[in-house]
Amino acid sequence: MINIDSIKNGIVIDHIKAKKGLEIYDALKLGELDCSVAIITNARSEKMGRKDIIKIDQSIDLDLNILGYIDPNITINIIKNDKRVDKYHVKLPKEIVNVVKCKNPRCITSIEQELDQVFKLTDEEKGIYRCKYCETKISRK
Amino acid sequence: MRNLIDIKDLTEKEIEELIKVAKDIMLNPEKYSEKCKHKKLATLFFEPSTRTRLSFEAAMMELGGNVIGFSSSSSSSTAKGESVSDTIRTVGAYSDIIAMRHPKEGAPLVASKKSIVPIINAGDGGHNHPTQTLTDLLTISCEKKRLNDLTIGLCGDLKFGRTVHSLITAMSRYKGIKFVLISPEELKTPEYVKTDILKKNNIKFIETNDIEEYINDLDILYMTRVQKERFFNEEDYLRLKDYYILNKEKLKKAKEDLCIMHPLPRVNEISTEVDDDPRACYFKQVAYGKYIRMALILKMLEIK
Repeated sequence: MINIDSIKNGIVIDHIKAKKGLEIYDALKLGELDCSVAIITNARSEKMGRKDIIKIDQSIDLDLNILGYIDPNITINIIKNDKRVDKYHVKLPKEIVNVVKCKNPRCITSIEQELDQVFKLTDEEKGIYRCKYCETKISRK
Repeated sequence: MRNLIDIKDLTEKEIEELIKVAKDIMLNPEKYSEKCKHKKLATLFFEPSTRTRLSFEAAMMELGGNVIGFSSSSSSSTAKGESVSDTIRTVGAYSDIIAMRHPKEGAPLVASKKSIVPIINAGDGGHNHPTQTLTDLLTISCEKKRLNDLTIGLCGDLKFGRTVHSLITAMSRYKGIKFVLISPEELKTPEYVKTDILKKNNIKFIETNDIEEYINDLDILYMTRVQKERFFNEEDYLRLKDYYILNKEKLKKAKEDLCIMHPLPRVNEISTEVDDDPRACYFKQVAYGKYIRMALILKMLEIK
């Protein structure tokens, strides 16, 4: 594996499905951050074969809930003073706002553009989200 | 302040109370004739409707109240590009309660977030139509004298038919309910209705495309229209619209106390020869609709 400096304080987003790293980089708006961010793609993984990893070189308060929607297998590692102090999976968020658009042409959001695109988690077991307005289902990616 | 957007907004007990009040109104209309004096109902119909709008308006008038509103979006500021939220904020200044129909699904929910007066969803696209469901429940309660232990046949457009989905949801709360789902392959009950409501609540159901196969088992036969406005493709509509036509011949094997219902308007799915059959309840259903809406208006306005 190529060598990427380890981080002293920050967040490592691990076990990202290979080639999905950039999507997560965009979803978390990491491009707007002021610190170093490394995306490692196609890293070898015993568990997954290949995976992507994102390293954020700063302890910042990011809303990581959306990762649960994109890929529930992702693990979050919190690094403080060179040590991992926490590791967890992100749960499915109860609500996702302005991430996906409702595809139902009969939905009110199709004509009133200023409305937030809100989807609610209606079945945690199956990971089913439904549009808050018309209840049309979207499947988790 | 209460809104009624989805039938699930009401508890079983609240529905029971509404049915009780509606029955009392039927018996003692004079007791209620001035309950809504000086109150105004706004009927905002962004999509054409005869029954629902007139039913709401008649209901408010029989409660001694007044009615304002419009009956198509072309005669409202929507035609100028006004948003639902802005229309609702404006109408809230003129009225005490709003009944709203809109072709876009979720529009009444959007309205309820901005409204200063109660909103009643009078139908949003193919999504919800809770006052039709209340009408259906009152009809069943009056005609069958119970809401449990019933075999209910639902026939026609079970895919887009919002009244059917709401009725399944509402009736699934009661004991001893069985459904016979009768539709052509293309208009079958959506999978989520079967898994999320029927299977989840252990409700027995059978799917068939033959109306006569189980007609002798039914206590209620709920017919629906194949709705042109739900199709994007005219060819599909034309192919499916005449799939089921209920006539005297098909009713031969049915129970003598069968209750035939239809949310109306009917096109030709129930032959007019059935109208004189004592089992035909669809015009009575229309009358029940007014009484349950009277009870609902009183509840939403918190008038005892």
